[in-house]
Amino acid sequence: MNSSPVLAVTLNTFREAVRDRILYNLVAFAVILIASAVLFGQISIGIEKIILINLGLSSISVFGLLIAIFLGINLVFKEIDKRSLYALLSKPVRRWQFLLGKFLGLNVTLLVNTIFMTAGFWAALYYLNRKFERQDQFIWVAIYFILLELSLVTAICLFFSCFSTPVLSAVFTFLLYIIGSFSADIRGFGELTHSAPLKALSTFVYYLVPNFSDFSVAAPVAHGKAVPGTLVLLNTIYTLCYASVLLVASMAVFSRKDLK
Amino acid sequence: MTAIQISGLTKDYQIGFWRKRPWRALDGLSLEVERGEVFGFLGHNGAGKTTTLKLLTGLIFPTAGTAKVLGKPVGQPETFRHLGYLPENPYFYDYLTAQELLDYFAHFFQMDAGLRVRRREEMLKLVGLDSFRDMPLRKFSKGMLQRIGIAQAVLHDPEIVLLDEPMSGLDPMGRREVRDLIVQMKAEGKTVFFSTHILSDVEALCDRVAILNRGKLVGVGRLSELLRQRSGVEAVVECASSCSAELQHLASKPVTVSGGQYRLEIQEENMPRFLAFCQTEGVRLVSLNPIRASLEDYFTELSQSASDGEHVSSGVSAL
Amino acid sequence: MSRKVRAATVLAFVLAAWAASAAVQMRIDAEIAPYRNTSETLWIPSGKVLKRLSFGHEGLVADIYWTRAVQYYGGRRRDHKTDFSLLGPLLEITTDLDPHLMIAYKFGALFLSEAPPEGADQPEAAVRLIKKGIQANPDDWRMWHDLGFIYYWNLKDYSAAAAAYLEGSKNPKVHPWMKVMAATISQKGGNRETSRFLWTEVYQSTTDPSIRENALQHLNGLKALDDMEEIEKRVAAFHDQTGRWPQTLRELVTHGLLRGIPSDPEGFPYELGPDRKIKLHPKSKVELEEENEGTRS
Ligand SMILES: Nc1ncnc2c1ncn2[C@@H]1O[C@H](COP(=O)(O)OP(=O)(O)O)[C@@H](O)[C@H]1O
Ligand SMILES: [Mg+2]
Repeated sequence: MNSSPVLAVTLNTFREAVRDRILYNLVAFAVILIASAVLFGQISIGIEKIILINLGLSSISVFGLLIAIFLGINLVFKEIDKRSLYALLSKPVRRWQFLLGKFLGLNVTLLVNTIFMTAGFWAALYYLNRKFERQDQFIWVAIYFILLELSLVTAICLFFSCFSTPVLSAVFTFLLYIIGSFSADIRGFGELTHSAPLKALSTFVYYLVPNFSDFSVAAPVAHGKAVPGTLVLLNTIYTLCYASVLLVASMAVFSRKDLK
Repeated sequence: MTAIQISGLTKDYQIGFWRKRPWRALDGLSLEVERGEVFGFLGHNGAGKTTTLKLLTGLIFPTAGTAKVLGKPVGQPETFRHLGYLPENPYFYDYLTAQELLDYFAHFFQMDAGLRVRRREEMLKLVGLDSFRDMPLRKFSKGMLQRIGIAQAVLHDPEIVLLDEPMSGLDPMGRREVRDLIVQMKAEGKTVFFSTHILSDVEALCDRVAILNRGKLVGVGRLSELLRQRSGVEAVVECASSCSAELQHLASKPVTVSGGQYRLEIQEENMPRFLAFCQTEGVRLVSLNPIRASLEDYFTELSQSASDGEHVSSGVSAL
Repeated sequence: MSRKVRAATVLAFVLAAWAASAAVQMRIDAEIAPYRNTSETLWIPSGKVLKRLSFGHEGLVADIYWTRAVQYYGGRRRDHKTDFSLLGPLLEITTDLDPHLMIAYKFGALFLSEAPPEGADQPEAAVRLIKKGIQANPDDWRMWHDLGFIYYWNLKDYSAAAAAYLEGSKNPKVHPWMKVMAATISQKGGNRETSRFLWTEVYQSTTDPSIRENALQHLNGLKALDDMEEIEKRVAAFHDQTGRWPQTLRELVTHGLLRGIPSDPEGFPYELGPDRKIKLHPKSKVELEEENEGTRS
């Protein structure tokens, strides 16, 4: 396997994102929101820090999500639609390499954006407290989980983007995100019912949809609680497994697709 | 060795929104292109030329049949090292500049930095975009996109070049340059396979042509051979109506009559018999004009007869 | 590789990776289960803030919160937890978002005020919720019934209960029994007849399964009390007729005082205790209501 075509596509995907104005708007907006948490926090005496951490992590996650979906739905579709793929795929690059490159490219983009937003967030935290505390290290874990989550969202987008229009992909991805965030409730609901098939179905759905609630540790982290190391490891493995399911499925679909 | 080998290639598109039904865009195409040839692929709009070229690059998958490039199945990364492709009305990443685009594509050929810069510079000069290297492709005109498209197709110095309507969108200067480029590539021993509906390009450049009509191959061969079918004379004669049967026999097309004058076309090889017939039967020759061998006429005629559902003259299909 | 082999490989890989993700998910669940339970909190504890944030979709958000409240309650019951501390806030938020969601008030009235394990044992919170409901829905006389009922049943504040029923009965659309209740409670305070009537009313006025289940349990308890009193009367009659106390209920049957050993509403036979009092079968889950009859206001 030669990774150089993948790398080339990755870098070009990143370059495309960087030249897109919408990205700057979103990142700027997120940073402003985080900064405003400082003002917001000062009204609620005693829990300024909790509010800042909650709002900061939520902003990073929500804006990351917006960027992931906005860019993700067009990742493959735009290249098919505008036919820029014709010239690319008549170079020595396999279709799966193209997809992998696109996926990694968007992940790099999200990583860089998150770094910017995180910098803004830490600055706000420092401005508020004038010091960092020991338990603040778990904020990094929360941010790492956000990145895992965004990576999963990217994989979902990529998958839908291989065979449906951007609007539909966005709707599907968003729905799956919502369902995935409440999947524990789906199972809880199944366990409350007395019907065995319904219970089985809800358990199946629980394991079928991506479980985004695994990644939401913002609230406990805001209260200074520690995140166990095993959870970090498990969530990483989970993301790898689930994203590879989506990636391989996307590659299988895409490798037989007529580029009309 | 054959450069391109196509056999029984067929493509159905699924059309219709609610009830999908197949639409045959290409129907059992068989064709061989030799190395070093300049091969013209002719057909009206919608004949199936683009479909064929996309099948040859593995962008779409055939319903039936096979295609091989340099003896290998299409779509393999290895074949793309030796194959360049200019898509129809090309479109490229509009956020890149011309230079960046060529650099990007060069990465897939594992050129080292020195070679990459050299090839890029050569290509930019070749297509006359030297001074637009830093302009984003978003601002390119159709002709400029066509030029950068040609540049990326030959960037890696491929042995086989597939060009889909290379002259379209170009100004007369541009067309001239593309012609020169094709001639130059032929001189370098490259194989050029290009589609077009502009006949003058073909007449000037091609060793052989194939003519496609509604997805079916209707003629293929050397230009001179295809055109010989059409060479001959047009004669106008006056004679008794008893001669009309024999005149029809000698003519290559149905004879038309107007005002007692018969107008007929006669092939080269029938000329001696025709002249002898005129002498013995006392037929008065009004005029005798050589028919100008034009691909245009041939093309129109073929297309017409094909759409009338007739078979093309056996001489042509046997080629 | 042929197409079929490739498709099979892809499918096998996808299934294997998915199974792996499910296995990891199980580990994650085990890992964060304790962590989740301790940190069960409302991150946005104010209905007013949520109303802003829902951008005009507060009806929908209210429904989501209502569902959450029901699931929270059901989940706690399922896990045999006795701490229902989130029930009040959840219902507060729900009714802030949609002040006309009647079932939320009724549900809250009952399960906030009930004692563990059925409820949160917060009758004051229940009263607050209902009063809020009355303010938002002045036309709904049943709210007064719910309020009076909390005073009557949980707080045993009969004057407040009677006042609530009286207030409710001023509504022109009201059922006549509301006025009767006001009078009965102010005269007799707590008594089984009134309790039975009120629980029947609770049972009949809703389709909510948890509420009905709860009301039925209480009605069963009341029925058992009736039964036990009746059997004790027969035991006394046995003593009158024979001059001795029976050792078992079977003696009453052979003596013709009972047609068979009677069973409680759950089907378990009643038992005769050594103190000549009737007891429930040890396995019976029927809950007897504590009674303080005749407490006058
Ligand atoms: N993606 C497609 N879906 C459905 N029909 C198509 C598609 N592409 C081409 N066709 C049809 O196939 C036929 C051949 O098209 P094409 O190969 O583009 O012709 P040409 O390049 O010779 O003009 C046309 O009738 C066209 O309408
Ligand atoms: Mg075409």
